[in-house]
Amino acid sequence: MPKGYFGEYLTLAFFAGMMLLLVAGTLGLNKLVSPKVHRDEKYLTYECGVDPVGGGWSQTQIRYYLFGLLFVVFDVEAVFLFPWAVVFDKLGTAAFVEMVIFIGILALGLAYAWRKKVLEWL
Amino acid sequence: MVTTLHHILANSIVLLALKLGILLLLLPATLVVGYVELKVMAHMQHRLGPMYAGAYHGWAQTLADGLKFIQKEDIMAAATDRTVFSMVPYITMLGAALTFVVIPFSRHGVIANLDIGLFYALAVSSISVIGVLAAGWASANKYSLMGGLRAAAQLIAYELPLVLAAAAVAMQAGSLSLVSIAEAQRYVPFALWAQPLGFLIFLAAATAEVSRTPFDMPVAEAEIITGAFTEYSAMKFAFGLFAAEYIAMIGMSALAATLFLGGYVPLLPQLRFVPGPVWFLIKTGLLIFLLIWIRWTFPRLREDQLQKFAWKVLIPLSLVNIFVTGALKLAHWT
Repeated sequence: MPKGYFGEYLTLAFFAGMMLLLVAGTLGLNKLVSPKVHRDEKYLTYECGVDPVGGGWSQTQIRYYLFGLLFVVFDVEAVFLFPWAVVFDKLGTAAFVEMVIFIGILALGLAYAWRKKVLEWL
Repeated sequence: MVTTLHHILANSIVLLALKLGILLLLLPATLVVGYVELKVMAHMQHRLGPMYAGAYHGWAQTLADGLKFIQKEDIMAAATDRTVFSMVPYITMLGAALTFVVIPFSRHGVIANLDIGLFYALAVSSISVIGVLAAGWASANKYSLMGGLRAAAQLIAYELPLVLAAAAVAMQAGSLSLVSIAEAQRYVPFALWAQPLGFLIFLAAATAEVSRTPFDMPVAEAEIITGAFTEYSAMKFAFGLFAAEYIAMIGMSALAATLFLGGYVPLLPQLRFVPGPVWFLIKTGLLIFLLIWIRWTFPRLREDQLQKFAWKVLIPLSLVNIFVTGALKLAHWT
């Protein structure tokens, strides 16, 4: 059994592999024991029982383009936040004030988006 | 004696097999949680729930469901993108199950004790939405596409409060290793002291992350017919939707139990004789019950209400929570 820093990640990779094998095995078993009866109607796309109208890859209104941008901003913030959070005890007041300023600027951005009615899902 | 035993275990293939066995316990656990949910929701509505399968109070109902899924024909509609369609069960299962690798159920009982366990758990738990989005796209079905997009929008919105609430826990414990976080809560869980607000935020966001009522717009049965998984059948459906949903629910509960309730750490020093895994199971079980209870208490939120709740309530609150945590820590109150 591998030890140390990379050892833990090797264990992780091993378990990921085992999980994939499990899914593959069960799906394979499903293929072995399930019946196969061909009928054309079965392979129609489901649309509440009537024949499908138009294609399935239809255009959809993507409302969350701006939500996506905001998400990226705050997610990157979270990545910066974690190392700071871990060593918070050793850094003291100065680091806390710096982080308040950093998050404050981002919160200002959120407030701006709020004011500009970007956060309305309509 | 104990150290020798530990040494032998740590250096052998036995331990790896043992850990694999523990991970595989997830599958029966999924069946048990599925059965408990059926029963609890039935009783909350003054029904009996499953009563026939296995003769005694329908205990074998979910097992029978699972066996039935294996026997069913796997139908793929002609219009689907077959490669992506077939990849989905692997992605959702991987995303749901890999969280467990870092969750400790006793002091040394953790499959891989990563230094950045918390960060890893949060990262992995958001993989499954890629599966849902892929399913929505590959199905070439309007409802599935809508369900997939809703799921993506919801994950984007609720990922942030989840991560920010977890960051406050990391501040409080001064570590990202889940074992150290549990140890930091020896006899005083964070949910009671120091992080009660974080606990509530995390719980709300976790419910949304696993798409359960009141945050189940992506799978809303009455309008888009389980969303991204409309076209799925047989075992692919079972893995893509059921297994992933229940395993993700167990995973989120286990994570919340470790972060805010102390995981395997006893609640009282007097109760130290009760082994760690028992505490872990009790706390995780309580949170699972809470999630089921919430499902049968609250109506579904509309899509715009859902987004509003995340962006205008949870995210500002979780930022405030981080400030308060920092200020209290600097003032040596917690």
